[in-house]
Amino acid sequence: MSIHHKTIAQLSQGLSSGEFSSVELTQHYLDRINASDLNAFITVTDEFAMKQAQAADDKIAKGVGGILTGIPYAHKDIFCTNGVKTSAGSKMLDNFISPYDATVSHKLNQADLVMLGKANMDEFAMGSSNENSYYGDVKNPWNVDKIPGGSSGGSAAAVAGRLAPFATGTDTGGSIRQPSSLCGITGLKPTYGRVSRYGMIAYASSLDQAGPMTQTAEDAALVLNVMAGFDEKDSTSAERDVEDYTASLNDSIKGLTIGLPKEFFSEGLDDEVASQVMAAVKEFEAMGATVKEVSLPNSAYAIPTYYIVAPCECSSNLSRLDGVRYGYRCEDPKDLEDLYLRSRSEGFGEEVKRRIMIGAYALSAGYYDAYYLKAQKTRHLISEDFKKAFKEVDVIMGPVSPTTAFDLGSVKDPVSMYLADIYTLSANLAGLPGMSIPAGFAQKLPVGLQLIGNYWSESKLLNIAHQFQQQTDWHTQAPQEL
Amino acid sequence: MSLSEEQVGQIAYLARLSLSNEALKSNTKDLNSILSLAEQLAQIDTDNITPMAHPLHMTQRLREDKVGEEDQSESFQAIAPKIGKKHYLVPTVIE
Repeated sequence: MSIHHKTIAQLSQGLSSGEFSSVELTQHYLDRINASDLNAFITVTDEFAMKQAQAADDKIAKGVGGILTGIPYAHKDIFCTNGVKTSAGSKMLDNFISPYDATVSHKLNQADLVMLGKANMDEFAMGSSNENSYYGDVKNPWNVDKIPGGSSGGSAAAVAGRLAPFATGTDTGGSIRQPSSLCGITGLKPTYGRVSRYGMIAYASSLDQAGPMTQTAEDAALVLNVMAGFDEKDSTSAERDVEDYTASLNDSIKGLTIGLPKEFFSEGLDDEVASQVMAAVKEFEAMGATVKEVSLPNSAYAIPTYYIVAPCECSSNLSRLDGVRYGYRCEDPKDLEDLYLRSRSEGFGEEVKRRIMIGAYALSAGYYDAYYLKAQKTRHLISEDFKKAFKEVDVIMGPVSPTTAFDLGSVKDPVSMYLADIYTLSANLAGLPGMSIPAGFAQKLPVGLQLIGNYWSESKLLNIAHQFQQQTDWHTQAPQEL
Repeated sequence: MSLSEEQVGQIAYLARLSLSNEALKSNTKDLNSILSLAEQLAQIDTDNITPMAHPLHMTQRLREDKVGEEDQSESFQAIAPKIGKKHYLVPTVIE
């Protein structure tokens, strides 16, 4: 097996046994990145990576390394990295060299991980196809004419294309799970508040949550162990101890009750995707789980709810980008208003502007009650649906995305693009943890199975996913030419 | 209810965005189709439902009123578009 097909767990063994060094490993991935045409990276941090790898090797030699010491990764370009360009996929921040580290970046540094570069993404994490990046489309490693999903499209393509053993991602409405599904990797969006949002460029603050994107559930557990934790710099960080997420991976899932929401298997779901998802559920039954139908009646309203709540928060968050303190400033502004108007109009892309305007409208006097307040009430109903369902079942399963990856450039209308988020949005609105794990192929493209758990059930989700990956080999499959 | 081009122009201005005539047309169409999606919310009975602003039922944490931040103005201003005498510079506002 080529080195780049190895999981983090395997690489960690190779590093500690001296089979290869972190410098060799890092160089191997850098060579692959430089030879790749997936456009998965916005910035490749060669020098920085080699320094970190050398430092990691020194620690390993002294026997003071941790389990992740010397493991390379791709970092979504939404996390601030001190001294390294942090663009959020936008022209607005093309010149932004972050003067500080996000808490996630800091934690990954503390664990001696090696950052290969900053992964491409939809501008400010707004998008489901990675076609909204100022730095161009990312290609799906399984078929380069297809989208990789979004907004963490570069992260997903990097892991699936074996350009990095793992990547970081963020998920506001599905941005970890959907690209993981479309690229055939494992992705985890933790409970809201589990991973610090400090230094993670904000899109919709009550929904944004960071998590790992990996080949396997075991790897996701290893990375979450590092990413998770209370952070006083994030006012919505949960004051809750971090478990060892690897501790219960091997627990039996006999007696597990799986809930299948009937609303997740209705009109609009591709037949082949549905049959792959059901085959995965059958696999769980064979492992001793029982299946029960549940209902999430308000999940049908997740799309309108999300596409009011998120734009409202984004219009507020992105007001800080005004061409004054950092980021893009237009040429020769004639007065202050011209500076604001042109810097923002020239700096933001189309989708970002659309969402800012929707938010500005929905929050404006006279419309606030009809849109924002109404959406927040519906959000409550959506979250109550889950509360009821989790009284009866341990985990909810269903598709991640209604279809496999579609052709680059094929969806032009924004509303049609939004409809593709139907199965992922409700977990963000409720704040629940969710995963996508590889569950087969349709039209020769990967299909993901979505797991949604109760609050703080990351260990359980990872256990369920790991047990599935002991029985199946979908997660080990890689695009042929790799 | 649907937005006119004039209204979209006003919304853009509220958000300090300026749109070309062409962009105004396409945005009017797109914003109207997004808002008609949002109209679905009107079908839901939300009487007596409290709005959910945040997924976790938590209260805002308080901290001691103590200076914890170091002065990093130099490194923050190193990336500013235009500064002078430790201030961020913009075109003259008051003559």
